[in-house]
Amino acid sequence: METNNIKTYVAVEACFTADGALLPTAVIWEDNTRYEIDRVLDVRPAASLKAGGAGLRYTVRIGRTETYLFLEETRWFVERRHVPS
Amino acid sequence: MDRAILHIDANSYYASVECLHHPELHGKAVAVGGDTEARHGIILSVMPPAKRCGVKVGEALWQARQKCPELIILPPHFDQYLRFSRLMSGIYREYSPQVEPFGLDEAWVEITGTPKLKALGALGVAEEIRLRVKAELGITVSIGVSFNKVFAKLGSDYKKPDAVTVFGREDMEEKIWPLPASDLLYVGKATEKKLLRYGIRSIGQLAQTPPEYLQRWLGKWGLILSSFARGLDNSPVAATGETGLMKSIGNSTTMPRDLQNVQDASIVLWMLCESVAERLRENGFLGRTVQISLRSDKLSWTERQKRPPSPVCTAAALHETAMELLSSEGAAVFPLRSIGVRACELVPARTPRQVSLFESEEKRVQQETLERTVDDIRRRFGHFSVSRAIALLDPTLTNLDARSEHVIHPVGFFKAV
Repeated sequence: METNNIKTYVAVEACFTADGALLPTAVIWEDNTRYEIDRVLDVRPAASLKAGGAGLRYTVRIGRTETYLFLEETRWFVERRHVPS
Repeated sequence: MDRAILHIDANSYYASVECLHHPELHGKAVAVGGDTEARHGIILSVMPPAKRCGVKVGEALWQARQKCPELIILPPHFDQYLRFSRLMSGIYREYSPQVEPFGLDEAWVEITGTPKLKALGALGVAEEIRLRVKAELGITVSIGVSFNKVFAKLGSDYKKPDAVTVFGREDMEEKIWPLPASDLLYVGKATEKKLLRYGIRSIGQLAQTPPEYLQRWLGKWGLILSSFARGLDNSPVAATGETGLMKSIGNSTTMPRDLQNVQDASIVLWMLCESVAERLRENGFLGRTVQISLRSDKLSWTERQKRPPSPVCTAAALHETAMELLSSEGAAVFPLRSIGVRACELVPARTPRQVSLFESEEKRVQQETLERTVDDIRRRFGHFSVSRAIALLDPTLTNLDARSEHVIHPVGFFKAV
C-alpha cells in the first residue's frame, strides 16, 4: 500500500531491567523483518518534528546504523526515511 | 529580596500542537476551529502565518476563510491539549513545586530560592525551560520573568513566540509604563472603556492616577489595578498538586442557535444548573457563590457572580440565583451565543449550616431530596429518562448532554479561600 506518512508505527520487543527501566531490544518492521537493537545509546524526552509527535526518544544502534525510536504514550514509532513511491 | 516569578505561555497552543502532529503543514496558514456542524464553528487558535492574514481567534470559520482562502482549518483534539499541558507542567515542576496553571496553556512558576535559580539566574532558568519545551515537546513558549505575577504575565506577552522577557524593578517606568492599560491582567473591554473616559491609556497613567480616584470610578477593582500598575502585586503563586483541587464546578455550552431572550436563556440555564447541581451532590459539595458567564454573538464575555443566602446544591437554587444574575443590569446582551453556570467557593456538604429565619428549611430539604431522587433515576435509566417540562419547549436547546461538553476554564487569579 502506498503511504507518504513518515510517522511509522512499529512493533517492538522490549525488556524491563531490574531497576525499572524500559529498553527496546528489537524492532519488527512492517514486512516482519526483525531488526535486533545492538545498543541503546541515549534516552530522553523529545519531539519528532519530522514525523510529528513527542515522547521518549531512544537513540539506538542497529548494525551500523544509528536511528531514533520514539515511545509516544503506549505506541512506538520511527521516522521513515524513504517514502515509498 | 525580590521574588523571581516566571509566567510561561504556550504560543498559539492548540494550533501548535496540531502542527506538531502534521509536519507536512509546516509554515502554512493553519488554524484550529470548532465543529461547523454543531455551530461551534469558531476559530480557536491561529498559527502566525494565518495571523498575518488577519485571522483572529473567536471569529466564525467562514469569516476566517474569507480573509485567508488558503487557510487550513483543523479540528481540535482536546485530549492532546490536556496531554501536552500535563507534559509542560511536568517540566516546570522540575524547577519548582510552586506551579500555578492558568488554563491549559499558561502557568506561573515561582522559582524564588530554588537551587536552579542560584545556579542559572532567573533568565538562565527561563531560557532553559524555553529550550526544553521546544526540544522535548516540539512547541514554543514565551516566558516573562519578573518580581510579581502581573508583570511576569506582561512579560510573556511582550515578545513572542519563543522568547524570554525580563522585567526588573528598574524596567518598570521605562518599559512597562508605556504599555497600553488594556495589556494589564483584568483590564477587560469594559474597564478599558471606563479608563479611556478619564484619559487613561497606558499602565503608567494608571499608576500615576491617585488610587482614591480609581476606587471611585471602578470600585475595589480600582485599588487592585492601581497596585498592579505600580508593581505592588504580591499575590502568591499557588502550589497546586498534579491534579489541582476542585475549586469550582461549572458547565457551559454553545447552543445550536443563538438565545434570543430571557426565556431561551432560562431553558438552557435549567439544563446547565441540573448538571452542575448533580455534580455538586456527587462530589459532596455546596457552592457559596454562583457565577454565570455569557458570550454574545460578538463573542464578548460577561461574567456575573453572587452569593445566594445560603450555600446551594440544588438546581432550583442555582437556577434562581442564575436568573437573578442574568436579569441584573447590563448583564445579558441578546442574542447570546454561549452561556455558562458555575458554583464556586465550594464547601463540604457536611459543613454546619446557618438556618435562615426567612426561608423554609423544610422546602429546601424537600427540593434536595427530590433532586437526589432524579439523580438516582437518571443513574439507573439514563439521562433523558426524566426531564423537566420546560425542556420540551425547544428540543434544539435542551438536547444537550451538558456533562460531556469540553469546558476548560482557567482557575481564578485570586484563589478563593
